[in-house]
Amino acid sequence: MDATAGATTPPESEPARKRRVHGMLKLYYGLNEEGKSSDKPESLDPCDINGPHFDPEVFLNKLRKECSLAELMDQESCMVKQIRALDSDMQTLVYENYNKFISATDTIRKMKNDFKKMEDEMDCLSANMAAITEFSARISGTLQDQHAQITKLSGVHTLLRKLQFLFELPARLNKCLELQAYAQAVSSYRRARSVLKQYSHMPSFRGIQDDCHAIMDQLAQQLRQKFRDGGSSAKDLSECVELLLQLDEPAEELCDKFLSHAQTRLEANLRSLEAELREPTPGPIAASDLPASSTSKPSASPLAGTPTDLSSPTKNSFPSPTARTDILEFIDRGCNEFVSSLCLVIASYQELFINRPQEGDLASKNIPQMASGKLHSFVDALAARYFNLVERRIQEEKGVGDNSLLVRALDRFHRRLQAVSKLLPGSAVPSLGTEIVVRAARERIKQYLAALQSFYLDSLTDVRQALATPRISVGGAVVPPGGGILGGTAPGKDASPSLPELLASLSASILNQIKSVLASVHLFTAKDITFSNKPYFKGEFCSQGVREGLVVSFIKFVCQSSRQFCESAGDRGGSTPPALLLLLSRLCLDYETSTISYILTLTDEQFLAQHHAPVTPVTALCSEAREAAQKLLNHYVKVQGLIISQMLRKSVETRDWVNTIEPRNVRAVMKRVVEDTTSIDVQVGLLYEEGVRKAHSSDSSKRTFSVYSSSRQQVRYAPSYTPSAPMDTNLLSNIHKLFSERIDIFSPVEFNKVSVLTGIIKISLKTFLECVRLRTFGRYGLQQIQVDCHYLQMYLWRFVSDENLVHFLLDEIVGSAAHRCLDPAPMEQSVIEVICERG
Amino acid sequence: MEDDAPVIYGLEFQARALTAQTAETDAIRFLVGTQSLKFDNQIHIIDFDDENDIINKSVALHQAGEIRHIAASPADKSVLTTCYNKTSDSRVATCAAVWRIPKDWEAGSHESPDDSSHNPQSLELLCHLDNIAHGNTACVLWEPMSDGKRVITLADNHLLLWDLQQSSTQATLSSSATLEGKGQIKFTSGKWSPHHNCSQLATANDTAIRGWDLRSMSQIYCIENAHGQLVRDLDFNPNKQYYLASCGDDCKVRFWDVRSINEPVKSLEEHSHWVWSVRYNHSHDQLVLTGSSDSRVILSNMVSISSEPFGHLVDEDELSDAEESHQEERNRAPLQDSIIATYEEHEDSVYAVEWSSADPWLFASLSYDGRLVINRVPRALKYRILL
Repeated sequence: MDATAGATTPPESEPARKRRVHGMLKLYYGLNEEGKSSDKPESLDPCDINGPHFDPEVFLNKLRKECSLAELMDQESCMVKQIRALDSDMQTLVYENYNKFISATDTIRKMKNDFKKMEDEMDCLSANMAAITEFSARISGTLQDQHAQITKLSGVHTLLRKLQFLFELPARLNKCLELQAYAQAVSSYRRARSVLKQYSHMPSFRGIQDDCHAIMDQLAQQLRQKFRDGGSSAKDLSECVELLLQLDEPAEELCDKFLSHAQTRLEANLRSLEAELREPTPGPIAASDLPASSTSKPSASPLAGTPTDLSSPTKNSFPSPTARTDILEFIDRGCNEFVSSLCLVIASYQELFINRPQEGDLASKNIPQMASGKLHSFVDALAARYFNLVERRIQEEKGVGDNSLLVRALDRFHRRLQAVSKLLPGSAVPSLGTEIVVRAARERIKQYLAALQSFYLDSLTDVRQALATPRISVGGAVVPPGGGILGGTAPGKDASPSLPELLASLSASILNQIKSVLASVHLFTAKDITFSNKPYFKGEFCSQGVREGLVVSFIKFVCQSSRQFCESAGDRGGSTPPALLLLLSRLCLDYETSTISYILTLTDEQFLAQHHAPVTPVTALCSEAREAAQKLLNHYVKVQGLIISQMLRKSVETRDWVNTIEPRNVRAVMKRVVEDTTSIDVQVGLLYEEGVRKAHSSDSSKRTFSVYSSSRQQVRYAPSYTPSAPMDTNLLSNIHKLFSERIDIFSPVEFNKVSVLTGIIKISLKTFLECVRLRTFGRYGLQQIQVDCHYLQMYLWRFVSDENLVHFLLDEIVGSAAHRCLDPAPMEQSVIEVICERG
Repeated sequence: MEDDAPVIYGLEFQARALTAQTAETDAIRFLVGTQSLKFDNQIHIIDFDDENDIINKSVALHQAGEIRHIAASPADKSVLTTCYNKTSDSRVATCAAVWRIPKDWEAGSHESPDDSSHNPQSLELLCHLDNIAHGNTACVLWEPMSDGKRVITLADNHLLLWDLQQSSTQATLSSSATLEGKGQIKFTSGKWSPHHNCSQLATANDTAIRGWDLRSMSQIYCIENAHGQLVRDLDFNPNKQYYLASCGDDCKVRFWDVRSINEPVKSLEEHSHWVWSVRYNHSHDQLVLTGSSDSRVILSNMVSISSEPFGHLVDEDELSDAEESHQEERNRAPLQDSIIATYEEHEDSVYAVEWSSADPWLFASLSYDGRLVINRVPRALKYRILL
């Protein structure tokens, strides 16, 4: 309530006032009229007389400041009225509460009276209970004697029952024996056995014991017989074993017997497998007699007996060395017969000896341990023999035609061994089996590598044949004398249009072969093959096996065999056709630029290689291929150069240069040299790019030479006429050499046509020079050389990168000839030109 | 250890014949025969003073013709043979003769080295080794390490053994052999083996190398296709009796064991043109010298097939401290077959190389332009072999 509001508002009606008083009281006692307080937030105003933070000082000050005297008077009277009303309210409330307190006091007094009555009744109840207890004690005391007697009697009764059982035991056992209820007999005997043993000092019991023994021995005998027969079912067998074990039969002996019995059966399986392995193929009929193989080639059986049946082995898509059962069939048989029966044996053995619930004294003998030891050695021994057979069979698998069969066979083999591993967790058998698979895979990679290599060599032979096939020369290709030496170039020239085709087909077929081999090998890592997730097949097989062992080795082999061509050919006088060298060089170069990285990328993709071990990097292979290409091309240059050299050498050596006639035309051998060079140019141009020439090479060069030879050459051996200056010629040529670069005759060439041709021409001209130096010339001899050199100059400049080289060498030749000339009278340049133009 | 610079000597004429004076073992002396069509040819006797790097030369005239091949007697310093071109009536024939160098050549050279070429004396002809019927003589071979009484000439396809009598003034043909075959067969080169009591000879013709037994004058082996092209030169290993080096137009130098002639023991391909000459060092046969028409001389170290394959053991104590570390390094890595040095002093084809007969570490090479270069084995290698 607002003090100011209260002061200003007229007195309210009675109920409203009352409610307000109640509210204030409630507020005072911390009670809340539901929700009321929420819509009337407590004011923090110290002037709010009803608020909790009311400060009288502040309030008074405020009033004093704000109000006029009249208002203060009003306020005072209003406040007095309110205090009075509050006082009366308080009195009313005190009165009401007093009344309620009085009625509560009355109620408590009444309750006190009631409780006193209940206490009396409880006392009465406890007295009664005590009386009952006393009575019951008295009754049980009376009955005790009789109870003891009854117990004793019942004990006697049981004993008698037991005795009766004992006396009846022999008869019962006999009966059981008759009925072959061995289990019952054994359990009866076992129940009696300890008792009989304990009382065996009493003759009567002893008799019983002896009888029982006899009977039980008989029974054991029968059981053993049954066990030995083996024909009985597994369940019978296990029952049998169990009973025998209960009869204290030594478990070890039983294990041995069981295993030896199993062994005979398994060995029979092995023997049949072995027989299959050893069995030589008598012929197609035997092959078709095999029921399984007849299914693989259905046409064979109906044809058997007819003369055409000789063809049946060829129908076998997989001509393994011995065309009997294929490997899949063999493995199948091994799995179905040997492995499955082995699993059976293992399972039943474990059922019998290892997984049995142990009871009583049997547990102490530690049978499972002994038995499992025996089982392991048994399985290991047999598996070793089986593996031996399988491995022998796999080794016979040499044909590389269809890999899927082998992979499937290995998969089956491996899969079936998983069963063994499940049955026999600690066994080494599955890991040995995996090893066999791994070995087979390794072996397979080797075989594929060998196949690839032989394929490569075969294709090379094909190429060689294609190159060597004499084509009927078209368009009157000149067959010059001494064609024997040039046998290499002649077919190259004629077959030249097919050179790029040969290269393309060679590289394509090699690539295809690699791809197909990769595809075949990829079967080993297919997802549905159980062994593909073994660590070997995930890691080493991909990286070391396929990548390194197969692909990298093959590429290396290609490079290496190429290099061998270079080394061997020199000795045997160019047994390798030069065209082949050129082709291989291009092949290696292609490998370097693209093929190697393509193949390796392909391999890495297919085999998702995680290369743990370091692998040969692509760059190393590329550089090897490049090296091989370079070597081959160098060798090509050398071989071609030597062929031309040989011609030139023979032509210089065999002629009498002193007594020759005046030159009338260019010697045939020079024409031949130009022809051959042209054909080499064409041949190289088919496979290699043009290359760069020095800039000044142009049509005008021919003219330059004419000028050069007429002017400078004249100057050069002009001094020879004057005997007074013998040094000048040397001096001049030496000065000339000082300014020209040293020429490496057999130097590595670049991978382009111009460089190759330059190399060949260098070799040829240098030979010419050396040969000229060894001869003595007459006047016409020198002139002939002049003519020849001019002719060479006319035609050879266009092939080389730097025509100055040709100039220099030819100049040297003419110079040397002039030196070696008895009567050096050079021919007029114009005459030389005329002769050369005439051809 | 700096190596001595090469010593270069220039001849006025072109030349391709070079030999060491075999009988001389004290002074370093080479004989060079010139090749000139128009002037009198000369024999240059070149003395090399190792101490001062000075060359003393004296010249003797060889008027008979241009010299293709020259060989010095193993017994008499002043006796030599030449093969020379004789041109007469527009016919060129290669003949051979035994000559004696005029007596005072040695004195003359020392008195006035400048004058020596001024007034050269002529060689004294002792006897001709000719037989026109046998054709052009390719080379003359003295019996090695003997008293200089026997020579062999190779003429076309004939192998002729001469006995020199009366101080070499008379030569009688004691025996001969002829190589028959289709085509024109010409011996290009030959070498008299110093082994087997000097009873064997090796010759080269075309691409084949043949061995001959001089007692029966018959062929004992034949290496067909020893080189891809013409075989230019041969040399016997002085210490291993069955080993033979050859070189040829296929730029290769090959080493053969004549007991198994199917494959070369070793093959080198270092030159970039024909190899014209190959020489084993007389004392250390791992050192092989080759000269080629690529104007280079190459000295190779063929340790693996030498008579001292692992070098000598080195006594560490003798080494100075400074050398020790270097030496250890060497010991760890045994010597490999390798090129020791390539000499590029020549500017024309090198047709002959020769070791000195007096100093095993010194050799001469001769190029067509008449330049004679005297070189030494690098000192580092020399000490490595010696120590």
